[in-house]
Amino acid sequence: MEATITLRVDGEKHELTVDTRTTLLDALRDRLGVTSPKKGCDHGQCGACTVLVEGRRVLSCLTFAVAQEEAEVTTAAGLAGEGELHPVARAFVDNDGFQCGYCTPGQVCSAVGMLREAAEGWPSHVSGDLEGPVRLDDEEIRERMSGNLCRCGAYANIVAAIREAAE
Amino acid sequence: MRPFDYVRPAEASSAVATVAGDPGAAYIGGGTNLVDHMKLGIAAPTSLVDVRGLLSDRVEETPEGVLRVGAAVPNSDLAAHPEVRRRFPVLSQALLSGASGQLRNVATTGGNLLQRTRCVYFQNRAMPCNKREPGTGCAAVEGYGRYNAVLGTSEHCVATHPSDMAVALTALGARVRVLGPEGERTVDLPGLHRLPGDRPERDTVLEHGELITAVELPRLPLARRSAYRKVRDRASYAFALVSVAAALEVVEGTVTDVRVAFGGLAHAPWRALRAEEVLRGRAATEESFREAAEAELAGARTGPDNAFKVPLAVNTLAATLRGLTAEEARR
Repeated sequence: MEATITLRVDGEKHELTVDTRTTLLDALRDRLGVTSPKKGCDHGQCGACTVLVEGRRVLSCLTFAVAQEEAEVTTAAGLAGEGELHPVARAFVDNDGFQCGYCTPGQVCSAVGMLREAAEGWPSHVSGDLEGPVRLDDEEIRERMSGNLCRCGAYANIVAAIREAAE
Repeated sequence: MRPFDYVRPAEASSAVATVAGDPGAAYIGGGTNLVDHMKLGIAAPTSLVDVRGLLSDRVEETPEGVLRVGAAVPNSDLAAHPEVRRRFPVLSQALLSGASGQLRNVATTGGNLLQRTRCVYFQNRAMPCNKREPGTGCAAVEGYGRYNAVLGTSEHCVATHPSDMAVALTALGARVRVLGPEGERTVDLPGLHRLPGDRPERDTVLEHGELITAVELPRLPLARRSAYRKVRDRASYAFALVSVAAALEVVEGTVTDVRVAFGGLAHAPWRALRAEEVLRGRAATEESFREAAEAELAGARTGPDNAFKVPLAVNTLAATLRGLTAEEARR
């Protein structure tokens, strides 16, 4: 079955006809050529496909494109400004927060979404006080980023990058 | 994946009529479980009815002091809601211990209740599974059993319910509002989720076409002192081996009121009524906590891979109640 939908991706509007079985991830990569979100596990377990939908970090492999009609989708590529990296992406570069780089766009989108959640005062599983202010120490960063796997094991530098970006 | 129609009705009643009238139709909310199941071939609906836009995504207090959570409220928003954090910390903690930030941002309250077991045999179409294909047998009974249930199992199924949120809601005695073709009804927790018996393909008491519209949290002052403790194979982003949701009131060293539910032990979130009965009126001591937990686990049936769950459940309940008692003493 096919459906004609409008996707808003990184500030651009696209009208396209998709098979209803197309995930947002496949629509972005295979139909629109937006390849910054990566396909890792394709089952919601690795976080490589993380994008921001209406500013919230989500897994693009676990939602159908038809369900994202008119939603504002931002990928890691779309976070960058004119000729300069987003501060979180910059921090990943400065801190060597990757090796092969495959998980990085998902890590960056996840970190941007996470920093916003923390700024709104959302607690995490490791927050001692559910109602207290959020202090993003390494333990908090690790817990809040646990949905993003890095098989190169660059975690130490990913944490450092996010710590720097949070300051 | 089987081809499917995708519709987004404007009204809940028309969504219910559509699904109730079509055995191949399914509701979709956040989709974090269903989309995966469709990829795996575990679910193959011919029509998806998207209900996110027509269900409430707000948490509201009724004049009677009941906190009503719309079925479309995302797990992350529910965990962060100020009234939930203040009045029902066990619920915030349970939600925050589940899945990842990305998944919690999308998964809904209604969908979380209806998520299906992560039993590895259920998720693998090459293996027999009575839950996925009734009558084919249970590969988990004789297979890898680390995650298998120990309470309320049957010869047909030893799967566990994966939700953390549902364990907290079961301890809190939440009510689930359901809309069906015949109108509205309310289902209490526990009571939504079934034990497997000889119909393991049925996770809940809901009929095809029934739609969860809201979850209600009745006033429960006891819950201000409550906690969720989850034990798993890694520190984050993993399902529970054993979990405990508990609320405790201690007056002058004596347990005056208590609520306990276990996760990871059964096909349904397990309200520990026997443990609660043992605890009421008893001294809030390690000895009582252990005795209560052991009473609840007395009927456990285990195999070599999951026998550890019994002492783990006893230790986890004792640790949770110890923590709540210490919290009480500090006030």
